[in-house]
Amino acid sequence: MHDRGGWPTDAPIDRSEHELADWELLTDALVGALGRQGVINVDQLRRGIESMPPNEYERASYYERWLYSVEAILTEKGVLAPGELDARLGR
Amino acid sequence: MKYRAGQRVRVAARPHEGHHRTPGYVKGKTGSVERVHASFPNPETRAYGRDGLPKQPLYLVGFAQRDLWPDSRGHPGDRIYVDVFEHWLEVAE
Repeated sequence: MHDRGGWPTDAPIDRSEHELADWELLTDALVGALGRQGVINVDQLRRGIESMPPNEYERASYYERWLYSVEAILTEKGVLAPGELDARLGR
Repeated sequence: MKYRAGQRVRVAARPHEGHHRTPGYVKGKTGSVERVHASFPNPETRAYGRDGLPKQPLYLVGFAQRDLWPDSRGHPGDRIYVDVFEHWLEVAE
């Protein structure tokens, strides 16, 4: 999924504001910390988001996309083992 | 800096599979340089864990909205401004 912007659509645009959930604030903080530590930069974060299967991308919320990318990039770098998060969550 | 403000430029339409910041809706389109920003690390290599050096010149390019979306229902004079790196630009006749 790359370059979603500019696609024609007849779907209405949801302009409503919403309160951020705790996990969304934590995700933002996590990406900020990983950036300051030099583990992930914003271009890698974007590449990870673009690697999502299109149907998952369309279904995911903004910070769900960040989480998908963080897991993909950290796994690619060997910081996380493949499936490590799922295993810790007992899935 | 290869281009200057006011110059007509065309965005390359070449395929690019990797991460890049040039939106598809301006590829192959002609606009004009509104501003020469500066040089910045290249996101196309930074996205793969490299340092993005050498830095690449970045320009603010303005396009007529109707050139990008002919069915646009906005004001005829509406323009859209996009940041484009130099290696995506060509001189427009």
